[in-house]
Amino acid sequence: MSAEVAAAVAQAHRRDWAQVFAATAALTRDLDLAEECTQDAYLQALQTWAHSGIPDRPGAWLTTTARNRAMDVLRRESVQRRALPLLVSDTSVPGPEDGLVDDDRLRLVFTCCHPALSRAAQVALTLRLVCGLSTAEVARAFLTREATMAARITRAKKKILGARIPYRVPAPEQLAERVGAVLEVVHLIFTTGHTAPVGAHLIRRDLVDSAIGLARILHLLMPNDAEVSALLALLLLIDARRETRVSAGGRLLLLSEQDRARWDAGLIGEGVGLLTDALRRRPPTRYAVEAAIAAVHAEAPSWPDTDWSEIVALYDVLRQLWPSPVVELNRAVALGLRDGPQAGLEVLAPLLADPALATYSYLSAARADFLRQLHRWTEAAAAYEEALALTDNDVERAFLTERLGEIQTHREARTDEK
Amino acid sequence: MQAVAKYMILIFGDEQQWSAMSPAEQQKIDEGHLAFQAAAGAARLTGAQLQPAPMATSLRADATGRVTTTDGPFLETKEALGGYYLVEADDLDQVIALASKLHEVYAGHSGVEIRPVVDHG
Repeated sequence: MSAEVAAAVAQAHRRDWAQVFAATAALTRDLDLAEECTQDAYLQALQTWAHSGIPDRPGAWLTTTARNRAMDVLRRESVQRRALPLLVSDTSVPGPEDGLVDDDRLRLVFTCCHPALSRAAQVALTLRLVCGLSTAEVARAFLTREATMAARITRAKKKILGARIPYRVPAPEQLAERVGAVLEVVHLIFTTGHTAPVGAHLIRRDLVDSAIGLARILHLLMPNDAEVSALLALLLLIDARRETRVSAGGRLLLLSEQDRARWDAGLIGEGVGLLTDALRRRPPTRYAVEAAIAAVHAEAPSWPDTDWSEIVALYDVLRQLWPSPVVELNRAVALGLRDGPQAGLEVLAPLLADPALATYSYLSAARADFLRQLHRWTEAAAAYEEALALTDNDVERAFLTERLGEIQTHREARTDEK
Repeated sequence: MQAVAKYMILIFGDEQQWSAMSPAEQQKIDEGHLAFQAAAGAARLTGAQLQPAPMATSLRADATGRVTTTDGPFLETKEALGGYYLVEADDLDQVIALASKLHEVYAGHSGVEIRPVVDHG
């Protein structure tokens, strides 16, 4: 098998899995059978493409192959299969009027993110069925044993059949709530990948790419939905910094330390365009404000020249739309950058008592950084140690350890002076 | 596969709050049920309001098989089962749309649970 064929299959897996699977599931109305046939089609592609060449439209080839295989199985097993419950899929129900296409991928996403499923099940199903990650990969992303994740996915599929969650784009009156659930799942997949909670890598590229791929599909199919545009803008603006977040030595780089020349100008331009469009359509929502914050950073020439007043103002809007201790923390950090470390420390102080942030390493790290700037070395060292105790990500740990080392040098220097 | 399935819509709530409802609140509840029944039409197979939990009698046998009859509901919870509907629908989304018409969903202390009914047919 040539490397070229393997690369083509891998690319088709990333780009076309959702389409191939969704079209097959629409035919089989059986998620398990659709999974088998889709997987078989990709395996067959490795063999057939090596002999007969890579087709012009790999996605169409894979869809046809998977559906043909499904039809064979259905013909052969039709008698037994008649007894099994099937996905409720009804093409006679008209799709929503506001420019939505009745696309199989969209049906699949809405089914996987149906609010009758738990959030954990929504995420697992979406990664497995829409993004095509293996059960083992999904388990690894969420620090779960593979058997546990397999059971979670099986239970969710059973509920789809048992409660008859339809394989359908929701009716207009249910659409806003359903889109909201889908976007939360996409956002959660992105943030999990963007800073992996444990392990040797700061970023789980497969999850970040899955989330962006999902957001792109949603935007393609719902181009007039401002929330979808805003979320895609947010993900692109953050991902534009991906090459600069970790140093050559594997250390986490802060926004202030990153080489802005290496930020992806194409992604930034696309993100800003999407955001502008979203803001023109409706008053800002949570994702739009978060994207606006990312856009201010993306367009600032340097860290000191960032418009901190604008950032604080955006956090003031965000805390109204999406009150959360983490938003308060980020606002305090921005405020410290606008008005100085002493002011930042004062805004941070009440957050120390918030139980929701008690095990949040960024709070300790932010406090440590303000104390460091104020040359309060002993307190800064204690705060860095606290932050270290609270994170399991190796790259973040390396960063905090380095900062702690710098502080120790200052403390020793001061002792020498005495 | 059957074209339709049966679902039980169970209405739960705090009985103290139900008994202390203002006439305006009571009217909203009534309107909700009328809207539900109008939207469901023939899909509503049956339904009833239950007498409050203190009217309940529970039976449970011990290890020896001796049945004990006790006063009160099977599960002692603040939210009691206050009523139900049995409906027929094509899928869960239809039932969610129907059940959303009940004012109990919005009253804060109360809510509804949708349970698919096992099909032995």
